[in-house]
Amino acid sequence: MRGILAVALNTFREAIRDRVLYLILAVALVVVAGSRFVAMLTVGSEVKIVKDLGLAAVSIFGLLIAVFVGVSLVSKEIERRTVYTLLAQPVARWQFIAGKYAGLLMVLGANVLVVGGAVLAAVALLGEGAAALVPAIALIFVELAVVAAFAVLFSSFTNPILAAVGTVAVYVAGHLSWSFDLLRKRIAPGAGRVLCDVLHAVLPNLDRLDVKAEAVHGVAIPSGTLAAAAAYGAFYALAVLVLACVVFERREFA
Amino acid sequence: MAPVIEIRNLRKSFRGHLGIGSHLAVDDLSLSVQPGEIYGLLGPNGAGKTTTLKVLLGLVKPDRGTVTLFGRSPREVAARQRLGFLPENPYFYDYLTAVEFLDLYGRLHGLDAAERARRIEKAIDRVGLRGREKTPLRKFSKGMVQRVGLAQAIQHDPDLVILDEPMSGLDPVGRREVRDLILALKAQGKTIFFSSHILQDAEMICDRVAILFKGRLRAVGRLDELTSPEAKSVEVTVRGPVPAGVAGGRRENPDGSTLLTLPGFDALAPAVAAITAAGGTIAGVWPRRESLEDLFLREIGRAQVEERVS
Repeated sequence: MRGILAVALNTFREAIRDRVLYLILAVALVVVAGSRFVAMLTVGSEVKIVKDLGLAAVSIFGLLIAVFVGVSLVSKEIERRTVYTLLAQPVARWQFIAGKYAGLLMVLGANVLVVGGAVLAAVALLGEGAAALVPAIALIFVELAVVAAFAVLFSSFTNPILAAVGTVAVYVAGHLSWSFDLLRKRIAPGAGRVLCDVLHAVLPNLDRLDVKAEAVHGVAIPSGTLAAAAAYGAFYALAVLVLACVVFERREFA
Repeated sequence: MAPVIEIRNLRKSFRGHLGIGSHLAVDDLSLSVQPGEIYGLLGPNGAGKTTTLKVLLGLVKPDRGTVTLFGRSPREVAARQRLGFLPENPYFYDYLTAVEFLDLYGRLHGLDAAERARRIEKAIDRVGLRGREKTPLRKFSKGMVQRVGLAQAIQHDPDLVILDEPMSGLDPVGRREVRDLILALKAQGKTIFFSSHILQDAEMICDRVAILFKGRLRAVGRLDELTSPEAKSVEVTVRGPVPAGVAGGRRENPDGSTLLTLPGFDALAPAVAAITAAGGTIAGVWPRRESLEDLFLREIGRAQVEERVS
Protein backbone atom coordinates (compact mmCIF):
# COMPACT_ATOMS: atom_id res chain seq x y z
CA MET A 1 0.00 0.00 0.00
CA ARG A 2 2.82 2.40 0.91
CA GLY A 3 4.37 1.88 -2.53
CA ILE A 4 1.09 2.75 -4.27
CA LEU A 5 0.64 5.84 -2.09
CA ALA A 6 4.22 7.05 -2.67
CA VAL A 7 3.87 6.69 -6.45
CA ALA A 8 0.40 8.29 -6.38
CA LEU A 9 1.56 11.33 -4.41
CA ASN A 10 4.52 11.77 -6.72
CA THR A 11 2.25 11.57 -9.79
CA PHE A 12 -0.09 14.13 -8.26
CA ARG A 13 2.85 16.38 -7.45
CA GLU A 14 4.18 16.16 -11.00
CA ALA A 15 0.79 17.11 -12.45
CA ILE A 16 0.19 20.05 -10.14
CA ARG A 17 3.64 21.44 -10.95
CA ASP A 18 2.79 21.44 -14.66
CA ARG A 19 1.48 24.74 -15.99
CA VAL A 20 -0.69 23.03 -18.62
CA LEU A 21 -2.98 21.80 -15.85
CA TYR A 22 -3.59 25.35 -14.64
CA LEU A 23 -4.26 26.51 -18.17
CA ILE A 24 -6.94 23.85 -18.63
CA LEU A 25 -8.41 24.68 -15.23
CA ALA A 26 -8.42 28.42 -15.97
CA VAL A 27 -10.19 27.93 -19.32
CA ALA A 28 -12.76 25.68 -17.62
CA LEU A 29 -13.49 28.35 -15.01
CA VAL A 30 -13.76 31.01 -17.72
CA VAL A 31 -16.34 28.84 -19.50
CA VAL A 32 -18.34 28.40 -16.29
CA ALA A 33 -18.21 32.14 -15.55
CA GLY A 34 -18.96 32.98 -19.20
CA SER A 35 -22.03 30.75 -19.24
CA ARG A 36 -23.84 33.59 -17.41
CA PHE A 37 -23.32 35.84 -20.42
CA VAL A 38 -24.28 33.18 -22.94
CA ALA A 39 -27.44 32.64 -20.88
CA MET A 40 -28.29 36.33 -21.16
CA LEU A 41 -28.46 35.98 -24.93
CA THR A 42 -31.24 33.40 -24.70
CA VAL A 43 -34.84 33.88 -23.84
CA GLY A 44 -36.25 32.24 -20.75
CA SER A 45 -34.34 29.32 -19.26
CA GLU A 46 -31.21 31.19 -18.20
CA VAL A 47 -30.28 28.80 -15.37
CA LYS A 48 -30.60 25.79 -17.64
CA ILE A 49 -27.92 27.21 -19.95
CA VAL A 50 -25.62 27.83 -17.00
CA LYS A 51 -26.20 24.28 -15.76
CA ASP A 52 -25.77 22.80 -19.24
CA LEU A 53 -22.57 24.63 -20.10
CA GLY A 54 -21.20 24.17 -16.59
CA LEU A 55 -21.65 20.38 -16.55
CA ALA A 56 -20.24 20.16 -20.07
CA ALA A 57 -17.17 22.10 -18.84
CA VAL A 58 -16.64 19.69 -15.92
CA SER A 59 -16.83 16.77 -18.34
CA ILE A 60 -14.83 18.11 -21.31
CA PHE A 61 -12.00 19.70 -19.37
CA GLY A 62 -11.81 16.63 -17.14
CA LEU A 63 -11.48 14.55 -20.30
CA LEU A 64 -8.71 16.84 -21.54
CA ILE A 65 -6.78 16.35 -18.29
CA ALA A 66 -7.35 12.59 -18.28
CA VAL A 67 -5.96 12.38 -21.81
CA PHE A 68 -3.13 14.92 -21.47
CA VAL A 69 -1.81 13.63 -18.16
CA GLY A 70 -2.83 10.00 -18.59
CA VAL A 71 -1.38 9.09 -21.96
CA SER A 72 2.24 9.85 -21.01
CA LEU A 73 1.93 8.67 -17.42
CA VAL A 74 3.78 5.38 -17.88
CA SER A 75 5.52 5.91 -21.22
CA LYS A 76 7.30 9.04 -19.97
CA GLU A 77 8.78 7.10 -17.07
CA ILE A 78 10.07 4.47 -19.47
CA GLU A 79 11.34 6.97 -22.03
CA ARG A 80 13.18 9.03 -19.40
CA ARG A 81 14.33 5.83 -17.69
CA THR A 82 13.08 7.01 -14.30
CA VAL A 83 11.26 3.68 -14.14
CA TYR A 84 14.59 1.81 -13.76
CA THR A 85 15.36 3.35 -10.38
CA LEU A 86 11.76 3.10 -9.29
CA LEU A 87 11.33 -0.58 -10.11
CA ALA A 88 14.67 -1.36 -8.45
CA GLN A 89 12.95 -0.39 -5.18
CA PRO A 90 10.80 -2.85 -3.24
CA VAL A 91 7.75 -1.94 -5.35
CA ALA A 92 5.84 -4.49 -7.42
CA ARG A 93 5.06 -3.51 -10.99
CA TRP A 94 1.32 -3.65 -10.40
CA GLN A 95 1.78 -1.28 -7.48
CA PHE A 96 3.55 1.15 -9.79
CA ILE A 97 0.60 1.08 -12.23
CA ALA A 98 -1.95 1.32 -9.42
CA GLY A 99 -0.03 4.26 -7.92
CA LYS A 100 0.16 6.07 -11.24
CA TYR A 101 -3.58 5.59 -11.73
CA ALA A 102 -4.39 6.68 -8.18
CA GLY A 103 -2.32 9.84 -8.70
CA LEU A 104 -4.22 10.59 -11.89
CA LEU A 105 -7.52 10.07 -10.04
CA MET A 106 -6.38 12.60 -7.43
CA VAL A 107 -5.70 15.14 -10.18
CA LEU A 108 -9.08 14.44 -11.81
CA GLY A 109 -10.82 14.60 -8.43
CA ALA A 110 -9.26 17.99 -7.69
CA ASN A 111 -10.33 19.25 -11.12
CA VAL A 112 -13.92 17.99 -10.69
CA LEU A 113 -14.08 19.57 -7.23
CA VAL A 114 -12.86 22.97 -8.45
CA VAL A 115 -14.84 23.21 -11.70
CA GLY A 116 -17.88 21.37 -10.33
CA GLY A 117 -17.80 23.61 -7.25
CA ALA A 118 -17.75 26.67 -9.50
CA VAL A 119 -20.80 25.39 -11.42
CA LEU A 120 -22.71 24.76 -8.19
CA ALA A 121 -21.77 28.26 -6.98
CA ALA A 122 -22.84 29.84 -10.27
CA VAL A 123 -26.23 28.11 -10.14
CA ALA A 124 -26.72 28.99 -6.48
CA LEU A 125 -25.91 32.62 -7.27
CA LEU A 126 -28.86 32.62 -9.67
CA GLY A 127 -31.04 31.63 -6.75
CA GLU A 128 -31.66 28.06 -7.91
CA GLY A 129 -31.14 24.80 -6.01
CA ALA A 130 -27.90 23.19 -7.16
CA ALA A 131 -28.15 19.91 -5.25
CA ALA A 132 -29.67 18.06 -8.23
CA LEU A 133 -26.41 18.58 -10.12
CA VAL A 134 -24.29 16.73 -7.57
CA PRO A 135 -25.11 13.16 -8.78
CA ALA A 136 -24.37 14.23 -12.37
CA ILE A 137 -20.99 15.67 -11.32
CA ALA A 138 -20.20 12.52 -9.32
CA LEU A 139 -20.94 10.34 -12.36
CA ILE A 140 -18.76 12.58 -14.54
CA PHE A 141 -15.93 11.70 -12.15
CA VAL A 142 -16.70 7.99 -12.54
CA GLU A 143 -16.70 8.40 -16.31
CA LEU A 144 -13.32 10.17 -16.13
CA ALA A 145 -12.03 7.29 -13.99
CA VAL A 146 -12.96 4.84 -16.77
CA VAL A 147 -11.31 7.01 -19.44
CA ALA A 148 -8.21 7.46 -17.24
CA ALA A 149 -7.89 3.67 -16.86
CA PHE A 150 -7.80 3.34 -20.65
CA ALA A 151 -5.20 6.14 -20.85
CA VAL A 152 -2.99 4.26 -18.36
CA LEU A 153 -3.53 0.98 -20.23
CA PHE A 154 -2.51 2.48 -23.58
CA SER A 155 0.35 4.38 -21.95
CA SER A 156 1.78 1.16 -20.57
CA PHE A 157 2.57 -0.22 -24.02
CA THR A 158 2.56 2.59 -26.57
CA ASN A 159 3.69 6.16 -27.16
CA PRO A 160 1.64 9.18 -26.02
CA ILE A 161 0.23 10.00 -29.48
CA LEU A 162 -1.16 6.53 -30.12
CA ALA A 163 -2.32 6.37 -26.51
CA ALA A 164 -4.20 9.67 -26.94
CA VAL A 165 -5.83 8.46 -30.17
CA GLY A 166 -6.83 5.21 -28.48
CA THR A 167 -8.21 6.91 -25.39
CA VAL A 168 -10.27 9.44 -27.33
CA ALA A 169 -11.52 6.65 -29.62
CA VAL A 170 -12.71 4.66 -26.59
CA TYR A 171 -14.42 7.77 -25.21
CA VAL A 172 -16.27 8.44 -28.46
CA ALA A 173 -17.15 4.78 -29.04
CA GLY A 174 -18.20 4.50 -25.40
CA HIS A 175 -20.81 7.18 -25.99
CA LEU A 176 -21.98 5.48 -29.18
CA SER A 177 -22.16 1.95 -27.84
CA TRP A 178 -25.96 1.97 -28.28
CA SER A 179 -25.37 2.29 -32.02
CA PHE A 180 -23.70 -1.13 -32.22
CA ASP A 181 -26.89 -2.64 -30.84
CA LEU A 182 -28.95 -0.71 -33.37
CA LEU A 183 -26.67 -1.62 -36.26
CA ARG A 184 -26.76 -5.28 -35.27
CA LYS A 185 -30.52 -5.40 -35.78
CA ARG A 186 -30.22 -3.95 -39.29
CA ILE A 187 -27.59 -6.23 -40.77
CA ALA A 188 -27.77 -9.83 -41.85
CA PRO A 189 -26.53 -12.54 -39.46
CA GLY A 190 -22.82 -13.26 -39.86
CA ALA A 191 -19.46 -11.76 -39.06
CA GLY A 192 -20.83 -8.21 -38.96
CA ARG A 193 -23.33 -9.09 -36.27
CA VAL A 194 -20.73 -10.92 -34.22
CA LEU A 195 -18.47 -7.86 -34.43
CA CYS A 196 -21.32 -5.61 -33.29
CA ASP A 197 -22.03 -7.97 -30.40
CA VAL A 198 -18.39 -8.03 -29.36
CA LEU A 199 -17.99 -4.24 -29.55
CA HIS A 200 -21.23 -3.70 -27.69
CA ALA A 201 -20.14 -6.07 -24.95
CA VAL A 202 -16.49 -4.98 -24.67
CA LEU A 203 -16.64 -1.20 -25.02
CA PRO A 204 -17.73 0.77 -21.97
CA ASN A 205 -21.27 2.08 -22.10
CA LEU A 206 -20.42 5.63 -21.08
CA ASP A 207 -23.98 6.84 -21.67
CA ARG A 208 -24.92 5.00 -18.50
CA LEU A 209 -22.70 7.46 -16.65
CA ASP A 210 -24.19 10.52 -18.34
CA VAL A 211 -27.13 11.97 -16.42
CA LYS A 212 -26.38 15.58 -17.28
CA ALA A 213 -29.63 16.12 -19.21
CA GLU A 214 -31.75 14.71 -16.38
CA ALA A 215 -29.94 16.88 -13.83
CA VAL A 216 -30.36 20.04 -15.91
CA HIS A 217 -34.07 19.44 -16.47
CA GLY A 218 -34.68 18.41 -12.88
CA VAL A 219 -35.76 14.85 -13.74
CA ALA A 220 -35.37 12.71 -10.64
CA ILE A 221 -33.12 9.66 -11.00
CA PRO A 222 -33.64 6.76 -8.59
CA SER A 223 -30.69 6.39 -6.27
CA GLY A 224 -30.51 2.69 -7.17
CA THR A 225 -29.90 3.59 -10.82
CA LEU A 226 -27.17 6.03 -9.84
CA ALA A 227 -25.49 3.50 -7.55
CA ALA A 228 -25.66 0.80 -10.23
CA ALA A 229 -24.15 3.17 -12.81
CA ALA A 230 -21.34 4.15 -10.42
CA ALA A 231 -20.63 0.48 -9.62
CA TYR A 232 -20.62 -0.35 -13.35
CA GLY A 233 -18.04 2.39 -14.00
CA ALA A 234 -15.89 1.41 -11.03
CA PHE A 235 -15.77 -2.26 -12.01
CA TYR A 236 -15.07 -1.38 -15.61
CA ALA A 237 -12.17 0.90 -14.64
CA LEU A 238 -10.80 -1.80 -12.32
CA ALA A 239 -10.91 -4.40 -15.10
CA VAL A 240 -9.02 -2.10 -17.48
CA LEU A 241 -6.48 -1.35 -14.77
CA VAL A 242 -5.90 -5.06 -14.13
CA LEU A 243 -5.26 -5.46 -17.86
CA ALA A 244 -2.77 -2.57 -17.70
CA CYS A 245 -0.98 -4.31 -14.81
CA VAL A 246 -0.79 -7.57 -16.79
CA VAL A 247 0.65 -5.74 -19.81
CA PHE A 248 3.17 -3.86 -17.68
CA GLU A 249 4.19 -6.99 -15.79
CA ARG A 250 5.30 -8.58 -19.07
CA ARG A 251 7.20 -5.58 -20.35
CA GLU A 252 10.95 -5.58 -20.76
CA PHE A 253 12.92 -2.40 -20.22
CA ALA A 254 15.66 -2.83 -22.76
CA MET B 1 29.02 -17.78 2.96
CA ALA B 2 26.10 -17.63 0.56
CA PRO B 3 26.80 -15.28 -2.33
CA VAL B 4 24.90 -11.99 -2.48
CA ILE B 5 24.66 -12.14 -6.26
CA GLU B 6 24.65 -15.39 -8.19
CA ILE B 7 24.46 -15.47 -11.98
CA ARG B 8 24.44 -18.86 -13.69
CA ASN B 9 24.66 -19.40 -17.45
CA LEU B 10 22.86 -16.19 -18.18
CA ARG B 11 21.86 -15.60 -21.78
CA LYS B 12 19.92 -12.58 -22.95
CA SER B 13 19.12 -11.46 -26.46
CA PHE B 14 16.98 -8.61 -27.71
CA ARG B 15 14.76 -8.73 -30.71
CA GLY B 16 15.35 -6.13 -33.38
CA HIS B 17 12.95 -3.49 -34.60
CA LEU B 18 9.52 -4.92 -35.52
CA GLY B 19 10.74 -8.25 -34.18
CA ILE B 20 13.14 -8.76 -37.07
CA GLY B 21 16.53 -10.21 -36.20
CA SER B 22 18.00 -10.45 -32.76
CA HIS B 23 21.03 -9.21 -30.91
CA LEU B 24 22.77 -11.36 -28.35
CA ALA B 25 23.65 -9.07 -25.46
CA VAL B 26 24.91 -11.55 -22.87
CA ASP B 27 25.94 -15.14 -23.54
CA ASP B 28 26.56 -17.87 -20.96
CA LEU B 29 27.62 -15.54 -18.17
CA SER B 30 28.27 -17.01 -14.73
CA LEU B 31 29.62 -15.16 -11.74
CA SER B 32 29.01 -14.80 -8.04
CA VAL B 33 29.60 -11.90 -5.71
CA GLN B 34 30.41 -12.61 -2.06
CA PRO B 35 29.27 -10.49 0.91
CA GLY B 36 31.54 -7.53 1.63
CA GLU B 37 33.20 -7.50 -1.79
CA ILE B 38 33.75 -4.66 -4.20
CA TYR B 39 33.17 -6.32 -7.54
CA GLY B 40 33.79 -4.57 -10.83
CA LEU B 41 32.06 -5.59 -14.03
CA LEU B 42 34.32 -4.20 -16.71
CA GLY B 43 34.11 -4.02 -20.46
CA PRO B 44 33.97 -1.65 -23.41
CA ASN B 45 30.72 0.01 -24.45
CA GLY B 46 28.22 -2.54 -25.70
CA ALA B 47 29.85 -5.43 -23.84
CA GLY B 48 26.62 -6.36 -22.04
CA LYS B 49 27.31 -4.72 -18.67
CA THR B 50 24.08 -2.74 -18.44
CA THR B 51 22.04 -5.71 -19.70
CA THR B 52 23.55 -7.85 -16.96
CA LEU B 53 22.59 -5.23 -14.36
CA LYS B 54 19.07 -4.98 -15.80
CA VAL B 55 18.60 -8.72 -15.42
CA LEU B 56 19.90 -8.42 -11.85
CA LEU B 57 17.26 -5.78 -11.12
CA GLY B 58 14.46 -7.76 -12.75
CA LEU B 59 13.98 -5.14 -15.47
CA VAL B 60 14.48 -7.73 -18.21
CA LYS B 61 13.96 -11.48 -18.13
CA PRO B 62 16.81 -13.81 -19.03
CA ASP B 63 16.34 -16.07 -22.08
CA ARG B 64 18.19 -18.78 -20.21
CA GLY B 65 20.03 -19.19 -16.92
CA THR B 66 19.28 -18.03 -13.40
CA VAL B 67 19.98 -14.89 -11.46
CA THR B 68 19.52 -14.47 -7.72
CA LEU B 69 19.93 -11.63 -5.22
CA PHE B 70 20.32 -12.86 -1.63
CA GLY B 71 19.14 -16.25 -2.92
CA ARG B 72 15.88 -14.87 -4.36
CA SER B 73 14.68 -13.96 -7.81
CA PRO B 74 15.11 -10.22 -8.45
CA ARG B 75 11.45 -10.15 -9.54
CA GLU B 76 10.50 -10.72 -5.88
CA VAL B 77 9.88 -7.49 -4.01
CA ALA B 78 11.64 -8.90 -0.92
CA ALA B 79 14.87 -9.42 -2.89
CA ARG B 80 14.99 -5.71 -3.68
CA GLN B 81 14.41 -4.62 -0.07
CA ARG B 82 18.13 -4.76 0.74
CA LEU B 83 19.26 -3.27 -2.56
CA GLY B 84 20.40 0.20 -3.60
CA PHE B 85 20.78 1.10 -7.27
CA LEU B 86 22.21 3.95 -9.30
CA PRO B 87 21.50 3.80 -13.05
CA GLU B 88 23.86 4.92 -15.80
CA ASN B 89 23.52 8.64 -16.71
CA PRO B 90 20.71 8.97 -14.21
CA TYR B 91 17.75 11.15 -14.94
CA PHE B 92 15.35 11.73 -12.11
CA TYR B 93 12.05 13.55 -11.64
CA ASP B 94 13.28 17.06 -12.37
CA TYR B 95 10.25 18.77 -10.83
CA LEU B 96 11.33 17.56 -7.38
CA THR B 97 13.89 19.12 -5.07
CA ALA B 98 16.73 16.96 -3.77
CA VAL B 99 14.95 16.49 -0.44
CA GLU B 100 11.59 15.66 -2.03
CA PHE B 101 13.32 13.18 -4.31
CA LEU B 102 15.05 11.40 -1.44
CA ASP B 103 11.83 11.48 0.57
CA LEU B 104 9.99 9.66 -2.24
CA TYR B 105 12.56 6.86 -2.22
CA GLY B 106 12.48 6.70 1.57
CA ARG B 107 8.71 6.24 1.37
CA LEU B 108 9.12 3.43 -1.16
CA HIS B 109 11.26 1.68 1.43
CA GLY B 110 8.56 2.09 4.04
CA LEU B 111 10.47 4.48 6.31
CA ASP B 112 8.38 6.72 8.55
CA ALA B 113 8.55 10.53 8.30
CA ALA B 114 11.01 11.04 11.19
CA GLU B 115 13.31 8.29 9.96
CA ARG B 116 13.18 9.66 6.41
CA ALA B 117 14.13 13.15 7.59
CA ARG B 118 17.04 11.76 9.61
CA ARG B 119 18.38 9.62 6.75
CA ILE B 120 18.01 12.41 4.19
CA GLU B 121 20.11 14.73 6.38
CA LYS B 122 22.79 12.07 6.62
CA ALA B 123 22.74 11.22 2.92
CA ILE B 124 22.86 14.89 1.84
CA ASP B 125 26.03 15.38 3.90
CA ARG B 126 27.53 12.15 2.73
CA VAL B 127 27.32 13.04 -0.99
CA GLY B 128 28.17 16.72 -0.45
CA LEU B 129 24.88 18.35 -1.43
CA ARG B 130 24.51 20.52 1.68
CA GLY B 131 23.07 23.90 0.70
CA ARG B 132 21.34 22.48 -2.41
CA GLU B 133 18.58 20.57 -0.62
CA LYS B 134 15.79 22.85 -1.86
CA THR B 135 17.07 23.18 -5.44
CA PRO B 136 14.88 21.50 -8.08
CA LEU B 137 16.75 18.68 -9.79
CA ARG B 138 16.24 20.34 -13.17
CA LYS B 139 18.78 22.96 -12.08
CA PHE B 140 21.37 20.36 -11.10
CA SER B 141 24.55 19.75 -13.08
CA LYS B 142 25.33 16.23 -14.25
CA GLY B 143 27.71 15.66 -11.36
CA MET B 144 25.10 16.81 -8.84
CA VAL B 145 22.46 14.53 -10.32
CA GLN B 146 24.96 11.69 -9.95
CA ARG B 147 25.43 12.68 -6.29
CA VAL B 148 21.73 12.80 -5.52
CA GLY B 149 21.40 9.45 -7.29
CA LEU B 150 24.08 8.01 -5.03
CA ALA B 151 22.31 9.44 -1.98
CA GLN B 152 19.15 7.70 -3.16
CA ALA B 153 21.02 4.41 -3.57
CA ILE B 154 22.52 4.39 -0.06
CA GLN B 155 20.10 6.30 2.17
CA HIS B 156 18.11 3.23 3.24
CA ASP B 157 21.29 1.46 4.36
CA PRO B 158 21.15 -1.40 1.82
CA ASP B 159 23.37 -4.48 2.11
CA LEU B 160 24.02 -4.52 -1.63
CA VAL B 161 24.68 -1.47 -3.77
CA ILE B 162 24.58 -1.84 -7.56
CA LEU B 163 26.06 1.08 -9.50
CA ASP B 164 25.99 1.39 -13.29
CA GLU B 165 28.97 3.47 -14.44
CA PRO B 166 29.12 5.50 -11.21
CA MET B 167 32.22 7.47 -12.26
CA SER B 168 31.24 8.38 -15.81
CA GLY B 169 30.63 12.07 -16.34
CA LEU B 170 32.32 13.09 -13.10
CA ASP B 171 35.35 15.35 -12.74
CA PRO B 172 38.50 14.00 -11.00
CA VAL B 173 37.32 15.30 -7.61
CA GLY B 174 33.91 13.68 -8.06
CA ARG B 175 35.48 10.39 -9.12
CA ARG B 176 37.71 10.44 -6.08
CA GLU B 177 34.70 11.07 -3.83
CA VAL B 178 32.76 8.20 -5.39
CA ARG B 179 35.74 5.90 -4.87
CA ASP B 180 36.00 6.98 -1.25
CA LEU B 181 32.29 6.46 -0.78
CA ILE B 182 32.49 2.93 -2.23
CA LEU B 183 35.41 2.11 0.07
CA ALA B 184 33.51 3.52 3.06
CA LEU B 185 30.51 1.31 2.18
CA LYS B 186 32.81 -1.70 2.06
CA ALA B 187 34.22 -0.76 5.46
CA GLN B 188 30.64 -0.92 6.77
CA GLY B 189 30.37 -4.47 5.46
CA LYS B 190 28.31 -3.67 2.36
CA THR B 191 28.66 -5.46 -0.95
CA ILE B 192 29.23 -3.26 -3.99
CA PHE B 193 28.75 -4.43 -7.57
CA PHE B 194 29.46 -1.86 -10.22
CA SER B 195 30.04 -1.62 -13.93
CA SER B 196 32.67 0.64 -15.39
CA HIS B 197 34.84 1.26 -18.36
CA ILE B 198 37.12 3.55 -16.34
CA LEU B 199 39.77 0.99 -15.49
CA GLN B 200 41.97 3.12 -13.26
CA ASP B 201 39.11 3.63 -10.82
CA ALA B 202 38.26 -0.05 -10.83
CA GLU B 203 41.89 -0.95 -10.30
CA MET B 204 42.09 1.22 -7.21
CA ILE B 205 39.11 -0.19 -5.36
CA CYS B 206 37.97 -3.60 -6.69
CA ASP B 207 38.54 -6.82 -4.80
CA ARG B 208 37.54 -8.81 -7.84
CA VAL B 209 36.72 -7.98 -11.44
CA ALA B 210 35.00 -9.65 -14.36
CA ILE B 211 35.87 -8.59 -17.88
CA LEU B 212 33.04 -8.79 -20.35
CA PHE B 213 33.44 -8.46 -24.10
CA LYS B 214 30.64 -8.86 -26.63
CA GLY B 215 28.44 -10.49 -24.02
CA ARG B 216 30.95 -13.14 -22.98
CA LEU B 217 33.02 -13.34 -19.85
CA ARG B 218 36.72 -13.06 -20.80
CA ALA B 219 38.37 -13.06 -17.38
CA VAL B 220 37.28 -13.16 -13.78
CA GLY B 221 39.14 -13.11 -10.49
CA ARG B 222 41.21 -11.07 -8.07
CA LEU B 223 43.23 -8.32 -9.70
CA ASP B 224 46.57 -9.65 -8.43
CA GLU B 225 45.73 -13.08 -9.82
CA LEU B 226 44.72 -11.77 -13.22
CA THR B 227 47.60 -9.42 -13.77
CA SER B 228 51.14 -10.75 -13.85
CA PRO B 229 53.01 -9.98 -10.58
CA GLU B 230 56.30 -9.74 -12.47
CA ALA B 231 57.45 -6.28 -13.50
CA LYS B 232 57.10 -6.20 -17.25
CA SER B 233 59.54 -3.31 -17.47
CA VAL B 234 61.57 -0.95 -15.30
CA GLU B 235 61.76 2.76 -15.98
CA VAL B 236 64.88 4.63 -14.93
CA THR B 237 65.43 8.39 -15.03
CA VAL B 238 69.06 9.26 -15.69
CA ARG B 239 70.81 12.61 -15.39
CA GLY B 240 73.94 12.82 -17.50
CA PRO B 241 75.15 10.58 -20.29
CA VAL B 242 73.70 7.13 -20.99
CA PRO B 243 76.35 4.79 -22.45
CA ALA B 244 75.45 3.26 -25.83
CA GLY B 245 75.81 -0.30 -24.56
CA VAL B 246 72.87 -0.05 -22.12
CA ALA B 247 69.83 -2.09 -23.29
CA GLY B 248 66.27 -0.74 -23.53
CA GLY B 249 64.47 2.20 -25.04
CA ARG B 250 65.35 5.76 -24.20
CA ARG B 251 63.55 9.07 -24.40
CA GLU B 252 64.63 12.64 -23.70
CA ASN B 253 62.63 14.31 -20.90
CA PRO B 254 61.79 18.05 -21.14
CA ASP B 255 64.20 18.80 -18.27
CA GLY B 256 67.13 17.28 -20.16
CA SER B 257 67.19 13.96 -18.26
CA THR B 258 66.71 10.64 -20.05
CA LEU B 259 63.93 8.13 -19.42
CA LEU B 260 65.30 4.67 -19.92
CA THR B 261 62.93 1.70 -20.23
CA LEU B 262 64.63 -1.57 -19.30
CA PRO B 263 63.11 -4.96 -20.21
CA GLY B 264 63.09 -6.19 -16.56
CA PHE B 265 64.79 -6.13 -13.14
CA ASP B 266 67.63 -8.36 -14.42
CA ALA B 267 68.76 -5.55 -16.69
CA LEU B 268 68.77 -2.98 -13.88
CA ALA B 269 72.08 -3.72 -12.09
CA PRO B 270 74.28 -3.79 -15.24
CA ALA B 271 72.59 -0.62 -16.52
CA VAL B 272 73.10 1.28 -13.26
CA ALA B 273 76.75 0.16 -13.12
CA ALA B 274 77.37 1.33 -16.71
CA ILE B 275 75.63 4.67 -16.16
CA THR B 276 77.48 5.51 -12.93
CA ALA B 277 80.77 4.45 -14.50
CA ALA B 278 80.10 6.93 -17.34
CA GLY B 279 79.45 9.73 -14.81
CA GLY B 280 75.65 9.73 -14.94
CA THR B 281 73.35 9.70 -11.88
CA ILE B 282 70.14 7.77 -11.30
CA ALA B 283 67.26 10.13 -10.43
CA GLY B 284 64.53 7.51 -10.10
CA VAL B 285 63.55 3.86 -10.70
CA TRP B 286 59.94 2.68 -11.31
CA PRO B 287 58.97 -0.94 -11.92
CA ARG B 288 55.99 -1.18 -14.34
CA ARG B 289 53.63 -4.04 -13.52
CA GLU B 290 50.86 -5.18 -15.77
CA SER B 291 47.94 -2.87 -15.14
CA LEU B 292 44.28 -3.65 -15.43
CA GLU B 293 44.35 -1.71 -18.67
CA ASP B 294 47.08 -4.01 -20.05
CA LEU B 295 45.03 -7.04 -18.99
CA PHE B 296 41.90 -5.55 -20.48
CA LEU B 297 43.53 -4.81 -23.81
CA ARG B 298 45.20 -8.25 -23.83
CA GLU B 299 41.89 -10.04 -23.22
CA ILE B 300 40.00 -8.01 -25.78
CA GLY B 301 42.77 -8.48 -28.33
CA ARG B 302 42.62 -12.22 -27.72
CA ALA B 303 38.85 -12.23 -28.10
CA GLN B 304 39.12 -10.41 -31.41
CA VAL B 305 41.73 -12.88 -32.68
CA GLU B 306 39.54 -15.83 -31.66
CA GLU B 307 36.63 -14.22 -33.44
CA ARG B 308 38.59 -13.84 -36.66
CA VAL B 309 39.83 -17.45 -36.48
CA SER B 310 36.35 -18.84 -36.00
